[in-house]
Amino acid sequence: MDSLIVLIPISLIIAAGALGAFLWSLRSGQYEDLDGAASRILFDEDRPKTPKR
Amino acid sequence: MSPYDGSAPETVAICRHCAAPIGGEARFFCCAGCEAAYEAVRGLGLDAFYERRRLDNGLRPLKPDADPGFDFRSRVKSSADGIHELHLMVDGASCAACVWLIESIYSKDTDVVDARLNLSTSRLTIKWRGSADRAGGLAEMVSRLGFRLVPFDPSCLDVAQAQEETDLLRATGIAGFAAGNVMILSVAVWVGVDMGPATKDLLHWISALVGLPAIFYAGLPFYRSAIAALRGGRLNMDVPIAVGITMTAAMSLSETIRSGPYAYFDAALTLLFFLLAGRYLDRRARGRARTSATHLLAIGARAVSVISSDGSIRRVAPDEVQSGDTVLVASGERIGIDGRILDGKSSVDESIVTGEALPKDVGVGDKVYAGYVNLGPALRVETTASGSGTLLAEIVRMVEVAERGKSRFVAIAERVTRLYAPVVHVAALATFIGWYFWMAVDWQVAMLHAVATLIITCPCALGLAVPAVQTTASGRLMRAGILLKSATALERLAEVDTVVFDKTGTLTSGTPRLIEPDKIPPDELRLAASIAASSKHPLARALAGAVPSVPAMANVIEHPGAGLSVDGIRLGSRTFCGAQKMSSGAAGGPEIWLRSVDGKLTRFEFADVVREDAARTIAELRQRGFQVELLSGDRPEVVAAVAGIVGIPDYHAGVTPAQKAEHLVRLFSAGRKALMVGDGLNDAPALTSAHASLSPASGADIAQVSADAVFQGTRLSAVIELLDVALTAKSLVKQNIAMSIAYNALAVPLAIIGMVTPPIAAALMSSSSIAVVANALRLGRGGVKKWTR
Repeated sequence: MDSLIVLIPISLIIAAGALGAFLWSLRSGQYEDLDGAASRILFDEDRPKTPKR
Repeated sequence: MSPYDGSAPETVAICRHCAAPIGGEARFFCCAGCEAAYEAVRGLGLDAFYERRRLDNGLRPLKPDADPGFDFRSRVKSSADGIHELHLMVDGASCAACVWLIESIYSKDTDVVDARLNLSTSRLTIKWRGSADRAGGLAEMVSRLGFRLVPFDPSCLDVAQAQEETDLLRATGIAGFAAGNVMILSVAVWVGVDMGPATKDLLHWISALVGLPAIFYAGLPFYRSAIAALRGGRLNMDVPIAVGITMTAAMSLSETIRSGPYAYFDAALTLLFFLLAGRYLDRRARGRARTSATHLLAIGARAVSVISSDGSIRRVAPDEVQSGDTVLVASGERIGIDGRILDGKSSVDESIVTGEALPKDVGVGDKVYAGYVNLGPALRVETTASGSGTLLAEIVRMVEVAERGKSRFVAIAERVTRLYAPVVHVAALATFIGWYFWMAVDWQVAMLHAVATLIITCPCALGLAVPAVQTTASGRLMRAGILLKSATALERLAEVDTVVFDKTGTLTSGTPRLIEPDKIPPDELRLAASIAASSKHPLARALAGAVPSVPAMANVIEHPGAGLSVDGIRLGSRTFCGAQKMSSGAAGGPEIWLRSVDGKLTRFEFADVVREDAARTIAELRQRGFQVELLSGDRPEVVAAVAGIVGIPDYHAGVTPAQKAEHLVRLFSAGRKALMVGDGLNDAPALTSAHASLSPASGADIAQVSADAVFQGTRLSAVIELLDVALTAKSLVKQNIAMSIAYNALAVPLAIIGMVTPPIAAALMSSSSIAVVANALRLGRGGVKKWTR
């Protein structure tokens, strides 16, 4: 049962990391335009670059 | 894909830029504006836009129109580090390619730091360095392509609404995190038969450590709502939820402290997670419909040109115009005030106010109202009322009054709760009293069983039953092009037994069409269509539209209010063509005459035609047992003709907006639940007075705002789809409520006799939630039953 002392904190830390990522993405406004994000990805690769002149 | 690569345009050509059909054998564009826009896009190397975009026929074509004249400069917000910011609402950006085009245009400008278009809300934010005076120029880069831009103040938006949505999503995330982790620990406790008491206590303590803060945070929306309801002396669904989760958390903590077996953290957290997820989806679906409604209203706003005493022109907001001010209304402009014409002769489109599709001729001394569109030459109008004094505002107020009356409608979930909450709390109290006095156990044990009763009856499935069905129903309707706006609309629609239609724009398409084109000599028809192609008058458009493959003739001179002429040929009104002595047709509809060089006269008659599937839809409604009525402000003989075509024996003609509303109130007091289908501003009070209402997306903005639902496209059968989905939703809600009550009927006796252990609680609550959601999802796909009354 000693392993529990190690494993439970580890699992909680990993899960808390995921929760932190979710809260960060929420705070940085990534849930504000779900329609736009879904379609924007289609054209990203050939987004016009700023001219290098 | 260039107009210059030598390829010949298709026979039925569409404009390269706005994709509107054009009559032209050697043309690529419908107008100079579109050609300039296409050039601008090509010049930036972004012409891939035309291949990538997805055209939606229900939307306004991307045709550049007159400058609305907003003062963008005054809306710029500048920060200390030299960055200027401008917030705009964009009309016309409907697909991913539009987002790509608009953002790419700005990314090519070296001054622009950031430009982002939110596709969900159609809002564009531009940030740039340098001079703040560039605001107008930056906006024009996009508006000249045909996207309409309106500045808005972000602080005026419903910030509270957006904040609430974010809070709900955050609470859902936290509840989901905690529920998952606590469930892992709980399963270990349930299956770990040989687990030592110390290990079990450790797992319970960790559950408490994770669970309690999460229960507190994620429960806040329910506590707030429950407290607000109790303060108002009412009961809502959140009262038993709040009491249930609080008691669960408190008892689980006390069990943990006493090393007892009854820790229900997992059940409480799963419950919260399911409830919050349902609530978030519900809020988002409705928030989206509301956003599109406010967006429509804002897009309609245009600055008004006021002529000062020294002759100079100021552009001001419509509500800042004073009574007595002289206002200049340019050709094609929407009138922003109520007033009397001082100077000029023109025709106006009054469809937004009266629903009348055909233009009316006006001259000096005639009254015009806010919302009319000037189709002819410029007019000078003396303001008699502006802002809240206009007829338009008056109708909006009538809508608001009726709206308040409707808020008395009590949703089914609330009616169930009013019965449910007292029963649950009495049952819990009875459990406590029973165990404590009759069975003479310790008060802690009696309390334990009472709380178990509360937990098991916590209306998880009941709280999900309605939002889950509503979310699937509005998703299904949205895919069918029907936007559901009101929360209780589905339930009200399910009670409908009478359908009341407006005529113009609802049963009919709302635009004039040439009748009997086969009986007109083809040469004359082609000649007339080619002349008409260069005018924007509704009748000329209809004439040109009747022969789409004809090119527009050059050098056409427009005589405002009279007609068109070219090389001695005249096309226009009866007097303009000298046809006063000719007899008119039987129908007496609007007409255009063509006089050729040698004086030969040809007559073209127009009518507002009935929607293609109107007769079929009405026949089906009547066959299903719905009562169908027609209410119109139009002349009796016209209404009778349309009623005959579509097959409605019960019609009323010449009805004013107020009478329409009265008629619906009368229907209601006679015990009939009416669905009003209408599009005009004149229908708005009736739409709100009706038990439920539907408006076509082509209708007036205000009609769409006051209707419960808006349908896109030209098919009237949306009415049937809407009623079918509403009735199916109602039966699913009933099944769901029955199902969650059945779960409770099973679980409550177990709880009262003290048999509900944590695993049983968790299993019962999760499975009832999943059953309810799965049942609701049945509405998402497949056909719906054809309901009858």
